[in-house]
Amino acid sequence: MIRFLARRVLQGLLVVWLITLVLFGMFFVAPSNVAQTLGGRQATPTTIALINQRLGLDRPLWQQYLSFVGNALHGDLGYDYYKQIPVTSIIADALPKTVSIAVGAAVIWMLLGVSNGVLSAVRPRSFTDRGLTVFALFFYSMPTFLLGLLLLYYLYFQLTLVGIRIFPAGGYVDLSTSFGGWVQHLILPWITVALVSAAAYTRLTRTSMLEVLGEDYIRTARSKGISERRVVLRHGLRSALTPVVTQFGIDVATLLSGVIVTETVFSIDGIGRTAVVAITQQDQPVIIGVVLLGTVAVVVANIVVDVGYAVLDPRVRLN
Amino acid sequence: MTIDVGRRDAGGPEDGLAVPAATELAGESRIEGRSPWQLAWERLRRDRVAVVSLVVIVLILLLALGAPLVAAAVGHGPDEQFRDIGLTPQGLPKAPSRTFLLGTDDLGRDLLVRIVYGSRISLLVGVVSTLLAVAVGVLVGVVAGYLGGLVDTVLARLIDLVLSVPFLLAGIAIVSISGPSLTVTVVVIAFFAWSSIARIVRGQVLSIREREYVEAARSLGASDWRIMVVDVLPNVLAPVIVYTTLLIPSSIVAESTLSFLGLGVPPPTPTWGGMLDSSLGYYRFAWWYLLFPGLALLVTTLAFNLFGDGVRDAFDPRTDRLFAAESTTAPVDE
Repeated sequence: MIRFLARRVLQGLLVVWLITLVLFGMFFVAPSNVAQTLGGRQATPTTIALINQRLGLDRPLWQQYLSFVGNALHGDLGYDYYKQIPVTSIIADALPKTVSIAVGAAVIWMLLGVSNGVLSAVRPRSFTDRGLTVFALFFYSMPTFLLGLLLLYYLYFQLTLVGIRIFPAGGYVDLSTSFGGWVQHLILPWITVALVSAAAYTRLTRTSMLEVLGEDYIRTARSKGISERRVVLRHGLRSALTPVVTQFGIDVATLLSGVIVTETVFSIDGIGRTAVVAITQQDQPVIIGVVLLGTVAVVVANIVVDVGYAVLDPRVRLN
Repeated sequence: MTIDVGRRDAGGPEDGLAVPAATELAGESRIEGRSPWQLAWERLRRDRVAVVSLVVIVLILLLALGAPLVAAAVGHGPDEQFRDIGLTPQGLPKAPSRTFLLGTDDLGRDLLVRIVYGSRISLLVGVVSTLLAVAVGVLVGVVAGYLGGLVDTVLARLIDLVLSVPFLLAGIAIVSISGPSLTVTVVVIAFFAWSSIARIVRGQVLSIREREYVEAARSLGASDWRIMVVDVLPNVLAPVIVYTTLLIPSSIVAESTLSFLGLGVPPPTPTWGGMLDSSLGYYRFAWWYLLFPGLALLVTTLAFNLFGDGVRDAFDPRTDRLFAAESTTAPVDE
């Protein structure tokens, strides 16, 4: 177990390191003209050189890279070009919002996806199964941002027009300020991210569950006289969940993408919106920090999922 | 997902003789050899949902090709701004009327014409980036799976690496450097899509490599390249086709998402994502501005997903379909 973990962590670090190389490589191919932007149209070459010097952009790229890695190892990701705020504090500001959306959405989508999948599998071809299939199909084809816009239009705007003000237009209230406000502001973003992914999970759980329910040990369990409910939930679901968990590990990257878009729709200043703004301003330290953070999140999630297998399915050996 | 029917002998028509067991079972007097491709085509033709989606796709394609005709018919160009008749006195978009069938946008442009032109970008990016991704993915997958050894180790690591990068974040980083454009959009989408195809193809090739006919080709002195192209490639085509049809809608979604974030095809080129982005500021006054481009996007992705699901089912009737309206493993023979 420990050897397995160590190997996975090393592999993960390798990926993260490669990403830093790729990021710097890209900036080498297309150097930033941020000094021009900062200096304005009137800037003389001297001013631009001065700005570049202050930002450390006049050094050769490999020096910039080494000092970035050195600082990053000390938990310093540099300063943003415009306001001179540490990238780490920008991230610390934005992260709780993004995590709030991601975790809440993931919980809803797993609950919805797995329970719908089980419902479908217990009575295949039934009316429930068909209905859930249509539901899944519809949301599977729905781009996340479009769903967000539609929710905003119908659940915020139309409801507000008739005097029902349950859902806000967007924004974010911190959990420590008000739990109710937190939930109220996040409920539409959660649904937005969750519904699109839940669709695929419904089908995945259904397939996997149908397969498991056909196995011998399920027949054995039934013949022992265990209630059907217990057979499905205790004996069946447990092993049916393995492929679902695998897929979830793969989908953490997708989850991040969904959250970025959702933040834009609901005007929440999380990591995603920070990234989009940084792009438009060519704010390299912020871009690097955010992409790095995203990669680390995906790598960690994959390790957690691998360990999760062993917990769910005792047949899996970690080696 | 494994696709056995197509893999068995996607090659020549003479291989088709291996399959007609179904025909015999059906008790038909006329026994006819059919290749798996023919079988798949027959199954697809019989799948009502798939046929309807294909019709919808063809219609969208025709609209995209005939966009200039639509523009000429209503007499409004895609970028033409009707600030006098296309905007309300307050400067807001105008509701659907006889002049503007689907209303206007915030600059007084005809929404119908822009939506029709937008389909060109969606289809173009969706198809081109998918083909690019498939070409790279198949090449990498076949080479890695067939050659094995160090080549495979390196390529497999590369595939894992690309798969572990969050698409949108990395896409954003790339666009930040190059600036948004049509080409960049296509390349970014293809860059992150090839890896999943490569992984599937590699897995298939790993088992094909051990087959007798590959060994036979090798013992006859065929070169590695020849074996890869002549013996291996045709046998991975079925899963590749299935994934290609399913990759197109997700590329369309990716394009519209990038355009929505202002990182895709830049304005004034009409894109559905871009239109939805600008509608965000106006949906309180102009429902049509949000709903019509949204509907166009949803219908397109829905049609492609349904069709792709039908194609998957046609090639491998045993797999659980993602979205079967009816269990369509109908017998192929009448």
